[in-house]
Amino acid sequence: MAILTATKVTKRFGGLTAVNLFDMEIKEQAIHSLIGPNGAGKTTFFNCVTGFYRHEEGLIMFQGQRLDGWSPDQVTRLGISRTYQNIRLFANMTAIENVMVGEHPHLRSGVFGAIFHTAGTVREEAQAVEEARRLLRFVGLAGKGDLLAKNLPYGNQRRLEIARALAGKPKLLLLDEPTAGMNPAETVDMMAFIRRLRDELGITILLIEHQMRVVMGISEIVTVMDFGEKIAEGTPVEIQNDPKVIEAYLGRGSASEMLRTAA
Amino acid sequence: MIAKSNEDVMVPVRIGLLGGLIAVLIALQGMIQTFSARDIVGGVISMSQTLLLMTLFVTGYLAVSRSGHVRPVFALFAGALSGFLASLLVVALIFFGRAINLGAMMVNATSELYDLLTFKQGLMMGSLFLLIAGVVLGALSALTFLLPSKTRRPIVVALVCVIVLGVLQDLLTITLSNLPALTPIVKFFYVSNGLSIAGAVTVFVLVAAISYFWSTRGTQIQNRINGLPPASRRGLRWSAIGIVVVILLLLPSIVGLYISEVLDLVGMFLLMGLGLNIVVGFAGLLDLGYVAFFAIGAYTVGILTSPELGRAVIMGSWWAALPFGIAVAMFAGVILGVPVLKMRGDYLAIVTLGFGEIIRILALSDLLKPFLGGAQGTRGIAKPDIGLIQINWGPQAFYYFFLVGALLVIFIATRVKSSRLGRAWMAVREDEDVAQAMGINLVATKLLAFAMGASFGGLSGAIFASKLGSIFPSSFNFLISINVLSLIIIGGMGSIPGVVVGALALVGLPELMREFAEFRYLFYGIGLVVMMLTRPEGLWPEAARSRELHEAEAEAEVEPATAGAVAGK
Repeated sequence: MAILTATKVTKRFGGLTAVNLFDMEIKEQAIHSLIGPNGAGKTTFFNCVTGFYRHEEGLIMFQGQRLDGWSPDQVTRLGISRTYQNIRLFANMTAIENVMVGEHPHLRSGVFGAIFHTAGTVREEAQAVEEARRLLRFVGLAGKGDLLAKNLPYGNQRRLEIARALAGKPKLLLLDEPTAGMNPAETVDMMAFIRRLRDELGITILLIEHQMRVVMGISEIVTVMDFGEKIAEGTPVEIQNDPKVIEAYLGRGSASEMLRTAA
Repeated sequence: MIAKSNEDVMVPVRIGLLGGLIAVLIALQGMIQTFSARDIVGGVISMSQTLLLMTLFVTGYLAVSRSGHVRPVFALFAGALSGFLASLLVVALIFFGRAINLGAMMVNATSELYDLLTFKQGLMMGSLFLLIAGVVLGALSALTFLLPSKTRRPIVVALVCVIVLGVLQDLLTITLSNLPALTPIVKFFYVSNGLSIAGAVTVFVLVAAISYFWSTRGTQIQNRINGLPPASRRGLRWSAIGIVVVILLLLPSIVGLYISEVLDLVGMFLLMGLGLNIVVGFAGLLDLGYVAFFAIGAYTVGILTSPELGRAVIMGSWWAALPFGIAVAMFAGVILGVPVLKMRGDYLAIVTLGFGEIIRILALSDLLKPFLGGAQGTRGIAKPDIGLIQINWGPQAFYYFFLVGALLVIFIATRVKSSRLGRAWMAVREDEDVAQAMGINLVATKLLAFAMGASFGGLSGAIFASKLGSIFPSSFNFLISINVLSLIIIGGMGSIPGVVVGALALVGLPELMREFAEFRYLFYGIGLVVMMLTRPEGLWPEAARSRELHEAEAEAEVEPATAGAVAGK
């Protein structure tokens, strides 16, 4: 069962075609990686899925719904959440406030309830705080809720971003280079954590990654992109040996050793 | 070698010359003459002398503090040197001015100035006195810097208090004369010109003692208060609030007409500041045309209640017109918001500025003269009469309107800030795109910010219109938008107590500083610049709250030891 299908998606910026007739199918509850050299169009594709960009051609379907022309907040309400390559937290808000913003689409209180502290609003806010605390505990940030996001160390900021994304109760989670800037030990932790997300919460994961160890270690399917097009797709082992992939990363005629370093 | 490397003679030299330059500027600006008539301590030292000597003192202090870690001997030397250089420049001015008539270029360079600068001791004696004063004050300031902070702070605070009380002598004597019970106290502390000697000494000793007591025992007392059971603490807090409320209610009768007028002005800007705080501080939408909503609120109430303009009065009662004033302003907020939804930063600022100007020009125009009164404005706006009760509608009565309005608006803003909507606004402020990606509807969120902010401005305008009774387009100019924005920035953007502090500081203080006549705005400008250099986050910024919370949370949250590792091992 495919949770997300992209068919012939094309995104142009003036004369530059960033994503070109791109097809992809993500199976439910899979851990699916999207890799490719820098500038291949991976983040652009993410942005098309989440509604931040409008793709010119093609079709994106999520659980049978067409996503074309939807705004990002509508896409999030459907059940797609994402994290960012360069962490984009709400820097001057506390960790718990960040997570509570993630819960926004699932809460309902408005101006009236806020001003008059109606019973429904008070109850909902208390539940929201509880849920946020629970999520912070889940990602390993227990007790750090009242620290300002900008004061958190790098690794914790990444975890907070994931907690915030999880607050939206997504069915599909797009992770953009979640292990960037991490040392090997942290990377191993993150890999296990991503597996937990899928195993315990049943979330489908789409991952953009550059660290091959991560890609080979946890992905079930890998899609390779270069110059906006899909050049290969398959299991990690198949990808490792695909000459087109090797060429894309290392140039024609280069050694293939780098790609073979599985963790 | 390491100890020596910090002892750079150029630091006190630079600062000394700079201080001297500032002293010369102060002299040439005319401040010395203007302030010479008033004494800080009657018969002992005048305001201008204090100003001059303080400049020398501060020069020395800065020279030492900028030198970093140096030996005490060097610190003393640095202070004395910089003080000497500063006074040297002043002496140079005197000699130079005596030789060449500077009066042609600089109005204030008169012989009177030189007399004052030499403390009326004649050229040679006076100059010598100045130089010695420079050295002595510089050394004294170095000593002050070297003192442990427990001793230093009471002395500095007490000195500042004496000077402030001396500067505000007119204000305080006039205000306190409203309360006959306090007259003997006033007579003790003040003479006809300045503080009495006994009064000055008393103030100094008292303030120093309190400051010392607080610095040694203060944390102890705070800990004891925190250690009390929550019920007692709540009781303490409510009684503190109660006292504040009582003081607020009695304020107009205590302080008299003039200060009530000042409080009205503060209240008016406070209401506007709270409204703009929602747009700029919470939601991060830079609005430079906020005065438009103030104007719309005022004009709506004006049009509805004024018998001018050849029409029958639409509404006799201000109270009936008030909700309309607020509603129309709110509506205007939405109208402004719709076209600017996609704009950011500078572009948003320019467009909102334009909107503010459009409203002012429309109010001024001949086109809308039959409706709005054009350049002659609208007169005869109703007072908030209640039935047939006779009320004396002066600044003291209107104070209560601004007070209730402010309390209401503070209540609403505080409630909304820690709600789902408040978080959505802050998310939009921090990162609009990501906020949208979190499921926040940008259109609704931004329009709500504009609408709510505008409604507070409209409320302020409605009260303002009634208070003045007549409104003119010239009152609704761009400068008001800038002033409101400034007070939010100085107070701390986004912080509600910050807006209160900002309003008191930027609106209240200049009014109280009428002592300084033409130099009022000079000090205002200098104050703004110094604030931005030393404390750009504002006087009472937001994040302070989070840090306090952090301490409370760390104690309250007793997490089991399993928390921490994320690995699913």
